[in-house]
Amino acid sequence: MSNNARIFFVGGVIAYRALFNWLNPWIFVPTLVVAPIFQVLFFAFLGRSAGLESDRFYVIGNALQIAALPGLFAMTFAISGERWSQTLSPLLASPANRAAVFLGRALPVVANAAFVCVVAFVAGALILRVHIAPGAIPALAVVIAVTSISCTGFGFICGPLGLRWRDAIIAVNLLDAVLLIFCGVNIPIDSLPGWMQAVSEYLPVTHGLRAARRVADGAALGDVSGLILAELAIGLTYAGVGFAWLRHLELVARRGATLENS
Amino acid sequence: MSSLRVLWAGWVTHFKIVSRSPFAIGVGATWPIVNATLAYFMYQAGGSPQTLLYASLGSAVAGIWSMAALDASGAIQRQRFWGTLELLVAAPVKFALVLLPMTIAIASVGIYCLATTLVWGRLVYGIPLPLEHPLAFVLAVPATLVSVGVLGFALCMLLVRFRAASHIGNSLEYPVWLASGLLFPIAVLPAWTHPISWSLATTWGMRALLHGSLGGPVWLDLGMCALLTVVYGAIGVAILDRFLDAARRSATLSLT
Repeated sequence: MSNNARIFFVGGVIAYRALFNWLNPWIFVPTLVVAPIFQVLFFAFLGRSAGLESDRFYVIGNALQIAALPGLFAMTFAISGERWSQTLSPLLASPANRAAVFLGRALPVVANAAFVCVVAFVAGALILRVHIAPGAIPALAVVIAVTSISCTGFGFICGPLGLRWRDAIIAVNLLDAVLLIFCGVNIPIDSLPGWMQAVSEYLPVTHGLRAARRVADGAALGDVSGLILAELAIGLTYAGVGFAWLRHLELVARRGATLENS
Repeated sequence: MSSLRVLWAGWVTHFKIVSRSPFAIGVGATWPIVNATLAYFMYQAGGSPQTLLYASLGSAVAGIWSMAALDASGAIQRQRFWGTLELLVAAPVKFALVLLPMTIAIASVGIYCLATTLVWGRLVYGIPLPLEHPLAFVLAVPATLVSVGVLGFALCMLLVRFRAASHIGNSLEYPVWLASGLLFPIAVLPAWTHPISWSLATTWGMRALLHGSLGGPVWLDLGMCALLTVVYGAIGVAILDRFLDAARRSATLSLT
């Protein structure tokens, strides 16, 4: 295995395990299983009370948006966690390929995002008795995978914040809130003001969610391929911008000797 | 008298500490606005704009609970991490009197949630705050903060054995929002969940604020807040005594 591939795979897996205190179930299960399921239920009951949409709307919307939870937070902690454990300087002083280091950390996060999404989807559908045609499941799996990639790509924007800001987690919470409000998760996009609708087109989740709802309504994968590609393109664009920003901030931090400032 | 002084001094100190936490203020004051905005849009789009005040007050109480669930549940672990736990336990005052004001102070930061959601609702959506029972409404604010804070104390004690207490506490955010009917009436929920709702201070705090504002049996709600405060406090103190006794016997107080 080449050095870059080793850093990508082994480094990624080790960083992922560290993220959950070496995969401590007392952190993983409450955060990424219990909370997402209750998010689905909470908004489904709120939706019932508001008389706005069916349970299916909220199960699909929240399950997909939950993919942003690991995506945003894990990619932020990829930097903030290193600073916290005082390993950021050795990491950035190493001659390792930065793309291998940080993209390697993204791969398990994508898998995790998809897992959390599926758990929330299945649990929400079972508890609220939402029927999804079995034939729609393979296409939904593709949409979930792509949305998980795009949300993790969006998380790349948050990672660099950890290089400049001690409380990057506040910005991450805000971005998570933006996705919840703008992307049609709980509110139909056409009910939002025009400027919010315009913003939603440039955010992850929006197109994936549209695709998922159409697939659940019976559309074939080919019918939503444009939406899926748009979702993927948005995620990859954020990942590219985030990675370039990270490299820039790393250089600035080296010049100003501000890497360990916290 | 000295117990009251410890409670007051502890509350003031910890309220100042939490009020200076960028995370507590940044996230604590933001999420209620997010929840309120979501609820406003959903109720408006669903054709029930008359429930906007309900959503506003509910988002505020949700914010109070979020603070308690996230921060109060890990209060002991945090002292342990800071290396101050042994000093506090060794102090010549009951440890419960040291810990209680911490969790109440954390919930008290929820006053910012109440202020931000009411101001946000007023400025952005033009939602007025009628005060049918002004005195009761004013009393409902500290009653809610204290009862939720003491619920946080009991939760802290229930999770005292868990190193990941704050993560477990965090996962209880949505379940309590759901069960307390903060953004929708509990009548929407299955009947079997209603006893759970009634056992939560958030349910009665929300009702007290709502009835203080719009009129209703507010004194019953305030009485329930007071009763639950006593019950949660008793549960918390009982567990705390056992925990301290076990930790002293096995010399595990500072173990993380």
